[in-house]
Amino acid sequence: MARTVITLPERARRGDIVEVRCLIAHTMETGYRNDDQGQRLPADLIRRFTCHYRGELVCGADLFAAISANPLLVLFVHATESGPLDFVWEGDNGFVQRESRTLTVT
Amino acid sequence: MKRLLAALLLYALAAQAQPDTRRSGFADMSPATQAMQRDDGLNPAWLWVKDGEALWTTTAGRRDKSCANCHGQVSSLRGVAARYPAWDAALGRALNLNQRIQQCRTRHQQAEAWPAEQAQLLGLEAYVAMQSRGMPIAPSKAPELQPLREQGLALFTQRIGQLNLSCAQCHDGLAGGRLAGSVIPQGHPTAYPLYRLEWQGLGSLQRRLRNCMTGVRAQAPAYDSQELLALELYLKQRAAGMAWEAPGVRP
Repeated sequence: MARTVITLPERARRGDIVEVRCLIAHTMETGYRNDDQGQRLPADLIRRFTCHYRGELVCGADLFAAISANPLLVLFVHATESGPLDFVWEGDNGFVQRESRTLTVT
Repeated sequence: MKRLLAALLLYALAAQAQPDTRRSGFADMSPATQAMQRDDGLNPAWLWVKDGEALWTTTAGRRDKSCANCHGQVSSLRGVAARYPAWDAALGRALNLNQRIQQCRTRHQQAEAWPAEQAQLLGLEAYVAMQSRGMPIAPSKAPELQPLREQGLALFTQRIGQLNLSCAQCHDGLAGGRLAGSVIPQGHPTAYPLYRLEWQGLGSLQRRLRNCMTGVRAQAPAYDSQELLALELYLKQRAAGMAWEAPGVRP
C-alpha cells in the first residue's frame, strides 16, 4: 500500500479552475543503476497515471525512467458538477494504487 | 518599569550593534526548491508526516499503548523539537529527538526499537518536529549537557579525513562560497528531519553529518554514537534563536 498525499480544495464554485496535486511514495527505480555488489537493479516504475472526474478522463500521463522518486503531478480541473475524482497509478510488478476524492461544487 | 525599559533599550542597541549574519540553508536554495518547502501540498516530506500522524494513534508493543495515550494531542509537544537534544536524568545521558522516540517505544510501549533511519521513525520524528515550526530554536540549558557541547565544538573544529578538513573550515570559513555548483551553507540544523532531493527521501541530521564526513573521506561514526550527538548538540546551540522549519526540503 503506497502512501499518497492528494491536495485539492473541498469545495469550488461552478466554473472555477481547481488545482489538484497528487504526490505518491514510489522509488521510481530506473533499471539503469547497479547496487553495491554491481548487480543491475531491475526497473520499478510507475508507468501510467490517470485522473477521472465524474467518470471522464481529465488527465492521463505516461511516466518514464527520468522521473524522480516520489513523483508529484499537478493537474487542473474545470469544476462543473459535484462528483468524485478517481486517481489511478499503475506500474511495474503489478503496482496499482487507487485513490478517490470528492469535489463539491456550489 | 523604567529600569526594565532601559534594559530593553540596551538589549535592542546591543542587538543592533551586532547584526545576526546567520542564515538558514533555506535562503540559499533555488526559488523552486523554496516553494517546495513553503507549501505543504508540494513538500514530499508530507508522505512521511502522514505516516507519523497515523502512528501517533496506533497502539504498539506489549503495553498496547499509542503515543496519544500518554501525550494526548500532538500539539502538546510544541517546542520539543526546538529544544532537543536534552538530558535524560533516568538514563544519565543526552538524547536527541529520535532517540527520545525510541526510548518511549522501548520503555513505555515495550516495543522493539526501530533501526536508524527507518521510515516510520523518521515519520514520527517529522510529525513531532512539525509542531514547533516557526518557533525560535531554544536549546536545552541543562548543565549536564555542557561537557558534550564542548566535545561537539572540538569535533566541529577538528580536521578529519583524507581531505584534512574540519566542519568549521567550510561552514564557518567558506560558507556562501561554492563547492562545484552548490552553495556552501552555514550548516544550521533548522529543518531536520528533512527531504533531501539528492536522497530522494527523508533523512535525519545524523545522516547528513555522516554524509559530510564521508565527503571529506573520513570514517563516519556510527548512528547514535556520542560523537554525532555531541555535534548535534553544538550545532543546535550555534543555531539558537533561528526559526525552526522542519520538515524542510534541501537540494
